[in-house]
Amino acid sequence: MSTSRSHDAGSVLEIAAAVRAGERSAVDVLDQHLARIAERDEDIHAFNTVTDTAAREQAAAVDAAVAAGETVGPLAGVPIALKDNLCTRGVTTTCSSRILEHWVPPYDATVVERLAAAGAVVVGKTNLDEFAMGSSTENSAFGPTRNPLDTGRVPGGSSGGSAAAVAAGFAAASLGSDTGGSIRQPAALCGLVGMKPTYGAVSRYGLVAFASSLDQIGPFTRTVAESAAVYDVIAGHDPRDSTSIPREHVPVSGVLDDGIDGLRVGVITELSGRGNDAFEPGVIEAALSAADALSAAGAKVEDVSIPTAVAGLSAYYMIAPAEASSNLARYDGVRYGLRKPGPNTASMMAASRTAGFGDEVKRRIMLGTYALSAGYYDAFYGKAQRIRTLMIQEFDRIYENFDVLLSPTSPCVAFEFGAKADPVTMYYNDVCTIPSNLTGQPAMSVPFGTGAHGLPVGVQVLAPMLGEPTMYRVAAALEGVAP
Amino acid sequence: MSSHHESSGAPAPTPRAHLTTDDVAKVARLALLELSDDELVTFTGQLDAVLDLADQLNEFDIGDVPPTAHPFGLVNVFRDDVAAVGHDAEVLREEALAAGPEIEAHQFKVPPALGEAP
Repeated sequence: MSTSRSHDAGSVLEIAAAVRAGERSAVDVLDQHLARIAERDEDIHAFNTVTDTAAREQAAAVDAAVAAGETVGPLAGVPIALKDNLCTRGVTTTCSSRILEHWVPPYDATVVERLAAAGAVVVGKTNLDEFAMGSSTENSAFGPTRNPLDTGRVPGGSSGGSAAAVAAGFAAASLGSDTGGSIRQPAALCGLVGMKPTYGAVSRYGLVAFASSLDQIGPFTRTVAESAAVYDVIAGHDPRDSTSIPREHVPVSGVLDDGIDGLRVGVITELSGRGNDAFEPGVIEAALSAADALSAAGAKVEDVSIPTAVAGLSAYYMIAPAEASSNLARYDGVRYGLRKPGPNTASMMAASRTAGFGDEVKRRIMLGTYALSAGYYDAFYGKAQRIRTLMIQEFDRIYENFDVLLSPTSPCVAFEFGAKADPVTMYYNDVCTIPSNLTGQPAMSVPFGTGAHGLPVGVQVLAPMLGEPTMYRVAAALEGVAP
Repeated sequence: MSSHHESSGAPAPTPRAHLTTDDVAKVARLALLELSDDELVTFTGQLDAVLDLADQLNEFDIGDVPPTAHPFGLVNVFRDDVAAVGHDAEVLREEALAAGPEIEAHQFKVPPALGEAP
């Protein structure tokens, strides 16, 4: 069952309820999690930084508020881990890059402020593929994270540390960022629920930019209800992010038991994996049996063809590197980050960037620079942006007849270290998750049975813009019938 | 997928010329990255393989579809022109400066822009 776990510190909802009622102290809850970190993180390497001192202060403040009879938030005393590309005032935010190894932001990301206001306790900053570029967390400058379910395998990426932290019981929930699947794919590989919200539903203020038109922050949890609880805290308009949607957040926590009777579910033919050697049979099977299970639970399930879905990967690997090459131009050794000496400004900048960035980041910067350069712009970046429009139009048309869509999350279960050393092979991990980033639509991965080697498989639920309430209903139904 | 191929009247796209090490050296220079000779060869092959992936975009008839830069089609978002600093501005300035590798007189210091340091 998806709600079972090998560690018993409690779910997000159990912890918050017990702390609010004064039955458990936030400090005790924190200590349980810190003990697990001390026991196992040397092996797993989920964290770049464990903020135990600040966490104890936060937890003690929650306990004091409860004791004083003050109102505490919906995540009171819940230990949460943050991907290390989310700015934390006074705590290093490295993006798992040498170039930001010692950078201490002077401000908190909006999501960090909202978690604190809700009573959550930040236990630390988690490892990632450098600047969130990767699907295995092997691209971290500080060494890879191991999958807690099988330490010979990757946890997925780029938010691999955030996934591993929850899977190992180091935190009750965590936040990651998802530019092409970086929450959903590691959630699938670690047996968790991972959600990418509608673009603009969660503020990106304080998220170190990778590809600004694609990046979104979202939660990792063990269950759908916990995911909803965290999402309801972090979502909502923020004037500090100009791309944040100016509307009041509609909570999703209340709709989870509404059922799926009569909902129209489309199984995306092009992403189903059928007839595609790059997909493992166990993954294809799991998605098909998820569709059958939804049908048995009352949904109307049909196959649906979305031809542009297969172009997503190609378009993404022009658009994301182009935006990255522009965003990462700011790392030049002048205002923050690593500086290597040089006789003049340009050589100092080049020396700093060369020493500070890892190979994958360099590849994407060069790819983006090429795609944006004179003579190639229309053929690569411009064309990719037009394909993006086609995809949006096609998905909009499909959603006239469907409430949600379904696909596997990842073509494979957790793989061994070094198994996908070739960049294009690694990029293929994101084939099912990328379309939702290009369209801006929400999508989430829900654990659904196991595949090869007994490892977890994730099934992805996709929904139209701001379709989170329906998406969560389907996710809750899937969780309820998962093997 | 046949309906998405280039319409019959359009000329078949000419095959893309493969990336050369000269191309990649130029791009690296534009991006302020220094590459060794070995890196240049490795990156050239890898980047060329990604451009092969991009060639699949030619299989779709994009007609006169406009480009998308942002999922919501935002153009500009304005706010009132008033200072809205969460922390004390003076403290914030000092903290921001503290992150700089070299600071002098409340300013970020760099080696000469033209010529070389003595």
